[in-house]
Amino acid sequence: MASMRDIKRRRGSIESTGQITKAMKLVSTVKLQKAKGRAEESKPYFNHLYETVASIFAKAEPEVKARYITKSAGGKKAFIVISSNRGLAGGYNANVVKTVTGSGFSKDDILVYAVGRKAREALERKGYHIEKDYSEVMNSPLYSDASDIGKDVMEAFEDGRVNEIFVVFTIFKNSVSQIPAQLRLLPTEDPGALSDPNTGAEALMNFEPEAEEALKEIIPKYVSGEIYGALIESLASENGARMQAMDNATNNAEEMIEKLTIQFNRARQGSITQEITEIISGANALNE
Amino acid sequence: MSDKQLKLNIYSPSRIFYEGEADFVEFVTTEGELGIYPDHIPLTAVVAPGILRITKDGKVREATLLDGFATVLPREITVLSEACEWPEEIDIHRAEEAKIRAERKLAMEQTLRDELALRRALVRIQMASKAK
Repeated sequence: MASMRDIKRRRGSIESTGQITKAMKLVSTVKLQKAKGRAEESKPYFNHLYETVASIFAKAEPEVKARYITKSAGGKKAFIVISSNRGLAGGYNANVVKTVTGSGFSKDDILVYAVGRKAREALERKGYHIEKDYSEVMNSPLYSDASDIGKDVMEAFEDGRVNEIFVVFTIFKNSVSQIPAQLRLLPTEDPGALSDPNTGAEALMNFEPEAEEALKEIIPKYVSGEIYGALIESLASENGARMQAMDNATNNAEEMIEKLTIQFNRARQGSITQEITEIISGANALNE
Repeated sequence: MSDKQLKLNIYSPSRIFYEGEADFVEFVTTEGELGIYPDHIPLTAVVAPGILRITKDGKVREATLLDGFATVLPREITVLSEACEWPEEIDIHRAEEAKIRAERKLAMEQTLRDELALRRALVRIQMASKAK
């Protein structure tokens, strides 16, 4: 059995760890509330953005489709990978990394646009090419940050350096469930599956200005809008994941403290019993 | 007034700007001003900085609509914009500053970006002074 002193020291260290995790949990709870509010406020924009763009594509002329919808084989893929700058968020960052490594593309075909230090470091170690790093954005994502990222990625897409754009982020389902996801921004998913046939208007969509020009305006907005949505959602997920991880850690610490307290009491009792036995047997020896 | 109404939804990344019915909607596109009554043909238009007018039950509400794009269907208009605000939300001092800044930059070099910035500032100033 470990000595009383060892147990006491161990309990003290767990106690202070527990205090830290508890404080971290409280901090991420507050941050989660904020991020959640923001994510909910902006959700309609992104849902409509995606729907609108999909329905524009569905009604667009074939030559427009060829450019933004038809999948061309081969070529490089741009991956916008959104993770966090700080750890201690459970499996949050690992899941994002896993989504990238499990995407089915070879390392050499992926250009990573990293938002968040954690995934960048992990992917770098695994030998992925990091095209650009925007990690400082994750501290408080703004719309203008998203449009900067969008601009860079769109440039690569227009130049033909990449022919597909993906964003890897974490969907915030609720405070206890966050799902890592991979969304293809361009070319868009097959619009047939996305657009709602009930919106009426089977007629071809008219564009003002011409389709080609209008889409030139709309597509960058769509890309940066979706990136912003992904950033905000990821931020909420990050804090949700951290809150949960820290809650578990605090519970585990409490459990361990309880166990160690029992052990400590037993050890104390044991040592007292032993002392008594020693005294009695010493006294007995004198009496003989 | 017809009994037909349009459903108008205006969304920005940070909030739901407007969600409701309207009889007549006017805004500025890159091709010029556009007024929409119900039963309009399907149209997607790119928004240019300008003033948005929503007419509903004879009352007109105005707001600035500075960029984004609009999808028009016979019964529904969806506007997605990164910058739209009600008159009372406009910071006129900031707009004045932006105007001067843009004018200075334009005096040195004509760029599309600065021109757009100037137009946005002008629309904001116009809206704000109207609301007073």
